[in-house]
Amino acid sequence: MAGVVTAKKEHLSHDMGMHTEGLRGRTQQRFFDITETDVGYGYPDAPDVDFNKRAEIDCEGLETRQINNQLRDLIKRGVGTIVLKNPGSKHSIAVGILNRLNLYIEGSCGYFACGLLDGPNVRIKGRVGWACGENMLAGTILIEKNAGSQFGAAIRGGDLVCRGSVGARTGIDQKGGTIIVGGDTGSFSGFMMQRGRMVICGNAGKNLGDSMYDGTIYLGGEARSLGVDAIPAEMNDGDRQWLTRKLKMYDLYPKGGIGHFKKIVAGKQLWNYDNLEPGEKKLVL
Amino acid sequence: MCGIAGLIHRDGTGNIGQEMTAMLQSLKHRGPDSTGYAIYGSPGRNEYVMRFKVAEQEDMAKGFDIHDEVKRRRAKVEERMAALGVQIIDREEATEYAYRYRIHFDGDMKKLADYVEDVEGTEILSMGNALELIKDLGDAARVAEQYDLRKFKGTHGIGHTRMATESDVDIRSAHPYWAYPYNDIAVVHNGQLTNYWQMRREFERRGHRFMSNCDSELLAVYTAYNLEHGATLEDSLRQSIQEIDGVFTYLVSTKDALGMAKDTMAAKPMVLYESDKLVALASEEVAIRSVVHHEIDTWDPYDEEVRVWRA
Repeated sequence: MAGVVTAKKEHLSHDMGMHTEGLRGRTQQRFFDITETDVGYGYPDAPDVDFNKRAEIDCEGLETRQINNQLRDLIKRGVGTIVLKNPGSKHSIAVGILNRLNLYIEGSCGYFACGLLDGPNVRIKGRVGWACGENMLAGTILIEKNAGSQFGAAIRGGDLVCRGSVGARTGIDQKGGTIIVGGDTGSFSGFMMQRGRMVICGNAGKNLGDSMYDGTIYLGGEARSLGVDAIPAEMNDGDRQWLTRKLKMYDLYPKGGIGHFKKIVAGKQLWNYDNLEPGEKKLVL
Repeated sequence: MCGIAGLIHRDGTGNIGQEMTAMLQSLKHRGPDSTGYAIYGSPGRNEYVMRFKVAEQEDMAKGFDIHDEVKRRRAKVEERMAALGVQIIDREEATEYAYRYRIHFDGDMKKLADYVEDVEGTEILSMGNALELIKDLGDAARVAEQYDLRKFKGTHGIGHTRMATESDVDIRSAHPYWAYPYNDIAVVHNGQLTNYWQMRREFERRGHRFMSNCDSELLAVYTAYNLEHGATLEDSLRQSIQEIDGVFTYLVSTKDALGMAKDTMAAKPMVLYESDKLVALASEEVAIRSVVHHEIDTWDPYDEEVRVWRA
């Protein structure tokens, strides 16, 4: 469970452009901690699974609902490691799993793969369609190939990692957690981002971080343009430590190091937009 | 929501009819109202394939007279074709109200199209050297069965599954659209064009005709106009991103090429698979998986992206 943010951690997260309210609550309220370790997520009534118990589901010929029902049945029976074979790019696979689980998806998924997760570790060998991991609260999703648009829309927590390139509007409405893109990302990535961190190892399309309220974007390549109210900021030691640790964790640490990464945060001029005079509004935009 | 798909064999011909049917059927959930194909076979010398209909599918359930009426309309069409010097090589009845004619004609294609379409209820679905355009109500499996499409061999094709949002559920509003009067060009589109009426009026003033109230038809007329005025397919696709407002992803096919364009917002989906032998594009990857069964890499083209592939 998430704990109360200590003064020291609060300071660190603030330095990185993170929100500083000392909110209590469940997993999505976790704040930056460079010594971050597994904190044991889970709903009180979530099934207790054994990671040594393993099962496979062949998705060939099954509808999405059948696949998800079979997953739930296995979880209820305490199976902690599940392999999905032949997912066939079907939509909404493995959504709404609220307990610890090691899930391996051997192939590609369609839209809304692994949405609304709170806890599982998922590894997808193929590609994912639009809105993978949307609204995730906790856990990890690692995609080996490319991803479609709206990757990690509105995620609250956890790590969402794509080794390849992703489409447009990555992390739209991101409210927490971490999104890591090994390749390039499309336009309007980080649009209306509110909290959390996004790492783009390659290039970004136009309007990166448009209308972001808060949160931090780390960019390894170039952005075609920054969005309204997205501004460059100085990288500090906390940023570098965190970025190094996260990229190494997912085997995405660049050979030449992270010295070329840029940091982008909210200018926060839009926060009081309605109170501005017309002339001031023009300056903001 | 609608589904679009395209496929091009880069090293010869394939079972385009079967492949496009598999792709479109897997996109049925994106639009079950109608399904359409623009598929390209081997071009015959000085020959055209003309596909046309003389009534809507729903008209056929409106009483006994319609059966005589479609015969009268068909006879009238043939009479007008003969008057313009068209030589009919063979005739196929795809359905009671839609036909496929193989013809010899070396006259003015626009004049022929206008004269034929002047017959009540008649619309030329396509007229081309290699293009055959088939569209009707229902899903891909039904349309393929109805028009015997699974045996069709060719180099490339585009298709569409339609969820009617902007206009009626009828053949006239179904995609693809033939780029009248430009032979062998067809368009399918997913999205909404917000300056449709403004641009339609402009093209109508220039003498172009629109057969439906569907905004997607604008893209066909727009492409035809650009190509007629010397633009390449690439030029036309790029120009469209600047000149056409709205959210859109669309595919254009010509006698030997397949092109795509995505708008500035990248708001409409498209997944792309490209290899030396085959290029497949669709609104969803599940359609590509229906024709490519081994493990592949696919990706989303970005905003303002234009691509053209040759057969």
